[in-house]
Amino acid sequence: MVDDSWYVALSAVLFTLGVIGVVIRRNPLVIFMSIELMLNAANLALVAFGHRFGSPEGQTLVFFVMAVAAAEVAVGLAIIVTIFRLRRRLSVDDLSLMRW
Amino acid sequence: MVEYLPILMTFGAAAAVAGALLGLPYLLAPKRVTPVKAQPFECGKDPIAVSEGRFAIKFAMIAIFFILIDIELLFVWPWAALYRRLGWFGFAEMLVFLGILMLGFLYIWKKGGLEWE
Amino acid sequence: MTPIPAPPVLLSALTPVLVILAAGALVLLLDLVPPRDTKQHLGGLALGGFVASLLASVWFWDADLRAFRDMIALDNFALFFNLVIGYAGALVVLLSMDYVRRTGAETGEYYALVLFAGSGMMLLGSATDLIVVFLSLELMSLSLYVLAGLFKTRLDSGEASMKYFLLGAFASSFLLYGIALVYGATGSTNFDKVAAALAGKAPDGLVVVGLGLMLVGFGFKLSSVPFHMWAPDVYQGAPTTVTAFIATGSKAAAFAAVIRLLFSALRSMQPDWTVLLWGVAALTMTVGNVVAIAQSNLKRMLAYSSVAHVGYMLVGLVAGGASGAGAVLFYLLAYTFTTAGTFGVISLCGRTSGDESVDVRDYAGLARRHPLLAFVLSLFLLSLIGIPPLAGFVGKFYLFGAAVRGGYLWLVVIGVLNSAIAAYYYLRVIVYMYMREPEEAIPAGLVPSFAGGLALAISIVGIVLLGVMPAPFANLAVAAVAPLLK
Repeated sequence: MVDDSWYVALSAVLFTLGVIGVVIRRNPLVIFMSIELMLNAANLALVAFGHRFGSPEGQTLVFFVMAVAAAEVAVGLAIIVTIFRLRRRLSVDDLSLMRW
Repeated sequence: MVEYLPILMTFGAAAAVAGALLGLPYLLAPKRVTPVKAQPFECGKDPIAVSEGRFAIKFAMIAIFFILIDIELLFVWPWAALYRRLGWFGFAEMLVFLGILMLGFLYIWKKGGLEWE
Repeated sequence: MTPIPAPPVLLSALTPVLVILAAGALVLLLDLVPPRDTKQHLGGLALGGFVASLLASVWFWDADLRAFRDMIALDNFALFFNLVIGYAGALVVLLSMDYVRRTGAETGEYYALVLFAGSGMMLLGSATDLIVVFLSLELMSLSLYVLAGLFKTRLDSGEASMKYFLLGAFASSFLLYGIALVYGATGSTNFDKVAAALAGKAPDGLVVVGLGLMLVGFGFKLSSVPFHMWAPDVYQGAPTTVTAFIATGSKAAAFAAVIRLLFSALRSMQPDWTVLLWGVAALTMTVGNVVAIAQSNLKRMLAYSSVAHVGYMLVGLVAGGASGAGAVLFYLLAYTFTTAGTFGVISLCGRTSGDESVDVRDYAGLARRHPLLAFVLSLFLLSLIGIPPLAGFVGKFYLFGAAVRGGYLWLVVIGVLNSAIAAYYYLRVIVYMYMREPEEAIPAGLVPSFAGGLALAISIVGIVLLGVMPAPFANLAVAAVAPLLK
């Protein structure tokens, strides 16, 4: 039997990895994957806490988060595709029409 | 402030692991770069195609629609498991849910999102 | 096989939101049938949706409904924000009818997305559960990401959309992780239960970190320093009417969620978040105003100005209590009218194709060619500076007054100094309009249609009314925060 707090610790690790990924990667798709990692870290924390309280509430919340994440993927992919049509390549460094 | 310490340590450990995974290869791995190896594609062989490949955008479109329709199962599955116990109320709720979803489906369809060519 | 009893469903608590959602679905459906060449009727339907929602909100005033296991509340606080957001949405739709047609971007989904974003904003004001906060925030944000990229053939629009999306989603995940930690610390996501769990004891580390992460998430949505980087790019690249909606509606909605969260669920942690917000408010005002001076692009300048205005409103949160929160609500109302009007004038000064006139120099000599439009824009800018007797002045007066009574004198000093700095860059635009010679021929399309003119007229009446007789509206704002403080 593994203690719940280990799952919370793991979720904190995943979340931090996601943040690092967003900050250092340059490809919008990879940045987006890192953001998904952060969302799923939160999901893991929710499930772990729900288990600690012995209530299914944590897991129900995860359902909604997953649905939102899917909608986010759809919108994100659509935006990326639109930009790709205009630009033919993909890097956030290219997104520099506007500075300050 | 002491109670924050474990959290800080966890964040620190995560940063250290991530840093190590990125930093160690950079320091330890041998680097013998040849022009062919510097090519990002085909692992040291002469490349025969564009590295990104050519993906038709319609694949991305289908992927987007798939995700949206797919995730609906998330809500249908627990409903199906408790279908009998939920009774008519649950049935009506699910009709509303699927009705809204079908509205979106109709929209995609009529807007020509499902045309392959 | 015991049957699960049907939970109570009180749909009336969602009436204003449902009206807008229904209008959105109807717009989508009607978009599929002829006439295909014009979408003007869909704009009318969207406007009808917002107006109907406004009427419903007025009808429900003084109601105190709770529904869906206390996840939704329809109290005066929610209704006040419904009014602000309903006005913002209606003004945006009125301005859009002109703007999106002239720019060749008129589509059915534009109006549907504005409606969906509006419903998310209204739901945010009603949310009394962290998970509903998250869901409605996403409903609003996802619609706005797409709207920002409305000009599919223009790179700056796509860039705005992408930046808004990536940074917005990044912020949402911070918010969600904060929610998860608060759930872990208190065992519930319901505001009242969170408040009960936190009452009367020192907050533990989990809650403090959770509060911090949630404030980071909201900081992005509010574009408060240091999370404001997306604002100028998005404001500049997005279609001007969408910018107006982002600047007014989404900001009001985010403030609604923050105020309800801080004043009801996290009330016992007031000392913690007051210290935090003090610093954020001072930084946000100063950075916003100082950087705005350096801008020559009007939309970018207004983006930084809106950052500064968020700073002023945070002063009200620091002040706390009914007077502080009430002042924020009043300021939001004033700010919505003023900003929607300002962007409305900018959306009129557009060319038929290509870039809009957004450089300050494009406005040189506007007073000679279009005296009325120049006068209207001057009024809005003067209200943004805070010149009496316009709405902006009264709003600032209430905010800073509440802060002085709360004992935050230094913050008020910073705020007043900032208002003086701000006067420089707003007045510069007025100087250009009235005292400079035009450099090139004026772009076409400067004569507002009936819809655009109506939107500007409503905004003007709004800021003058709020400025001349503010008392009834201030009372309304104080009545709106009352349910949170009991």
